Amino acid sequence: MTTSFRFDPIDLPPQAKALRQEVREFLRDEIAAGTFSPDAMPDGRRGAFSRDFSRKVGARGWIGMTWPKEYGGHERSHLERYVVVEEMLAARAPTRAHSTADRQSGPVVLRYGQEAVKREILPKIAAGELCFCIGLSEPNSGSDVFAASTRAKKTEGGWLVNGRKIWTSGAHQADYMIALLRTSPSTKENRRHGLTQFLVEMKTPGITIRPIINLTGGHDFNEVVFDDAYLPDTHLIGEVDMAWKQATDELAYERSGPDRWIETFPCLLELVRKAGDKPSERLAEGIGREVAHLATLRRMSLSVAGMLQAGKTPGVEAAVVKDLGTNFEQALPDRVRLLAPPPSDAEPDANDDRFEAALRYATLIAPKLTIQGGTREVLRGIIARGLGLR
Amino acid sequence: MNEGGDSIVVDTATRIFRDLCEPATINEAEAGKWPAALWEALEESGLPLAWVPEELGGAGASIADGFAVLRVAGRFAAPVPLAETLLAGRLLSAAGIAAPGGPLTLAPVLGESHITLAPDGRLKGRARRVPFARHAGHIAVLARRERESVVALAERHGLMLREGESLAGEAADDVGFDGVLPKAAAASPIDEEGLKAWGAAARMQQMAGALERILEQSVEWALQREQFGRPIGKFQTVQHNLAILAGEAAAAGAAADAAAEGLGGAEINIAAVAIGKVRVGEAAGAGAAIAHQAHGAIGFTYEHSLHHSTRRLWAWREEFGNEAYWSGRLGRMVAELGADELWRFITAGS
Repeated sequence: MTTSFRFDPIDLPPQAKALRQEVREFLRDEIAAGTFSPDAMPDGRRGAFSRDFSRKVGARGWIGMTWPKEYGGHERSHLERYVVVEEMLAARAPTRAHSTADRQSGPVVLRYGQEAVKREILPKIAAGELCFCIGLSEPNSGSDVFAASTRAKKTEGGWLVNGRKIWTSGAHQADYMIALLRTSPSTKENRRHGLTQFLVEMKTPGITIRPIINLTGGHDFNEVVFDDAYLPDTHLIGEVDMAWKQATDELAYERSGPDRWIETFPCLLELVRKAGDKPSERLAEGIGREVAHLATLRRMSLSVAGMLQAGKTPGVEAAVVKDLGTNFEQALPDRVRLLAPPPSDAEPDANDDRFEAALRYATLIAPKLTIQGGTREVLRGIIARGLGLR
Repeated sequence: MNEGGDSIVVDTATRIFRDLCEPATINEAEAGKWPAALWEALEESGLPLAWVPEELGGAGASIADGFAVLRVAGRFAAPVPLAETLLAGRLLSAAGIAAPGGPLTLAPVLGESHITLAPDGRLKGRARRVPFARHAGHIAVLARRERESVVALAERHGLMLREGESLAGEAADDVGFDGVLPKAAAASPIDEEGLKAWGAAARMQQMAGALERILEQSVEWALQREQFGRPIGKFQTVQHNLAILAGEAAAAGAAADAAAEGLGGAEINIAAVAIGKVRVGEAAGAGAAIAHQAHGAIGFTYEHSLHHSTRRLWAWREEFGNEAYWSGRLGRMVAELGADELWRFITAGS
C-alpha cells in the first residue's frame, strides 16, 4: 500500500544548532584571516583544496564526527555532521582535502577495515591529515561498476595489482585510494561477484598518475595506472570477492549530502544580490521558485541524515535526493541566466563581476553534476527497483 | 508535524475512507449525489471539527492530526468538504465563535477578499468558486470591518448561489453576501494572508496524498499491463518516468509537512507555506502528467479512477494562491532580506 518514500521531518537537537553558530564563527574568522574567499570560484582548478584548512577543521573535531573515539572520532550525531558539512559548503570553504575521507572512505575503513589499519588510518583522517580518492571507474567500466577488470592477484603476503582506474578525482593530491579490484571472475549466478575493496597507498611503487584536464581547463580527475603495484594483506578491506555487499552502504553516505544540491548555489546567491530589494515580479517569481526547490531539497537531505542517525540504510532515499538535487543544481544556472537583467555596455560594477563569475562556473560544471557519484540513469534504476519495478 | 499525525486518528480516517469512499462514490458525488454515509461516518468520528477546541464544540485534536487526516483524504480523493470544514472550524474558533455541526466551508479561496462587514452588521461582497458551498450548512467568511479582519458565520440558507464546479467536478459555487446578517461575527486573529496560508497548507496535504495515490496506481498498472511481450514497467523509460514521479511525490510530502509545521506555532511561518505551495504545486503538475503517460489511453477514460486524483491535483494547486503567487511572495521576501541573508533564510528553524 505504501509505494511512496518517506522523508520524515527532522528537528535538529539544540547541540546541532549551537554547533551551527560555532561553525559560522569559525568560517567568518577564517575568511577574515584570508584563509579562503567565499567569492572565489574554484574554476575547476581545485582552489577548494587546502591541507592547512583541513587540519584546522580536524583540530576543531569536525572530521570523523560520528566515529568512535577510540579511532579518533568524536561520537557525535549524523545530524551534527550534516550541519558542519552544509555550513562549509555554503561558505565555499576549501574542504576537498578531507571531504572524501570524511564522507565515504573513512566510514568504509571503519566498517570493513582490519583493526591495525583502522588504528593507524582513522585518527589521521580525523585530524585532517589524510586525503582520499575513490578508485571505481575504469576505461571499460563506468556506470557498470561491477565490470571492473583491474586485477589484484594473490602473492606472498599481499596482492599484485595491474590495470587502470580513470576519472579519479583528486588522485594527484590523495594519500590513499579505496580501490575496487578484481580478485576472481564473476559467476553466472552473480555478475557482481569477484570484486574486492583495497586500501591503496598512492605512493606505492608501480602506480602512475596522469592528469586529465576537464572542459573548464582545470585538473581534477586523473588516470591511475597500476603496474605490478604491491598491496600488503593488511590493506584488504572486507571479504575477498564480496565487495558488492559492502558497496551499497557506501553509496547511501555518498549520495544524499548537501554536496548533491549546493554546487551551483552561488549563481542563485549572486542573482539575489543583483536583484536588489525591489525585484521585478518576474525576477521575484523566478527567485522564489528556485528557493522553494532548494529549501525542500535541503529538508529531504537532512531527513536522510536523520535516517542514518537512526541506524537505517536509506539507499533508495539517498538516490531520490541525489536525483532531485543534481537535476536541480544542474538546471539552476540556465534558469538564473534567463532571469538576470540583460548585460549592458555600461562599466560593470563588482556585483556584475561576481554574478558573471558565479554563473560561468555553474554553467561549466553543470554537465558533471548528474554523472559523478552515480549517473542520473543509474539512480533512476535504483529508485525503480525501490518501487518494485525491477 | 514533528510528532507526526496521531496514528489512531490516521487509522480511523483510513478505515472510514476505505469503507465508504469507493471510486463509485466519487463518480456519484460528481453527478450530484451527496455522499451522506461517508460524511456521517466522518462526523461521528469527530474528524471534521478536529481543529475546534472542545469548549467550542469540537474534537480538540492537534494541528498535526488534522493535517495528517487531510493527507489520507487526499489519497482517497474524498468528495466531501473535510478540508473546508477543518479550516472553517479553525477560523471560527480562533475568533472565539463556536462551530456549528454539519459540513462547513469558507470564503474567499481565490484572490483578495473584497467582502466587508458594514457598521449595521451586514455583509457586502461576493466570493467566487467557494468549494462545496451548496452542500455546506454554514460558511465562515473572512471579511473586513474598517481596517480589521473579522470572521463572520453566515448561514448558507438564503445566500445567493451561482452553482459552478471545480476542474475535479466538485461543487465550486459563486456566493453573494450582499445584505446578509451573519449569525455571529468577531475580530479574527487570522488575517487574509493567514487564511491563505492555512488553506494552502491544507491543499498541500491533499495534493501530497493524491500524489502518493497516483504513484501507487501507476506502479501497479506498469507491472500489470503487458505490451511487446512484457509488463511495460520492465521498460527502462517507463521505470525512469516512474522514478521521477516518486521523487516528485516525496518532495511534495516533505514540503507539505514543512508547511504544516509552519502553522503549528504561535506565529505563522509564511516562508514555509510559500515554499510548500510552490513545490507541491509543481509536483502536482509534473506528477499528474507522468501518471497519465504511464496509463496510456485507459487513464484518459472517465471509467478509470486516475482522474479522481489528477483532476483534483489540477484544481487544488490553483486554490489559496498558485505557484506564481507564492513564488512571487517568496522571491520578494528573499530579495528584501538580501543575498547575505539567503543561506540563513534557507536554514532558518533548523
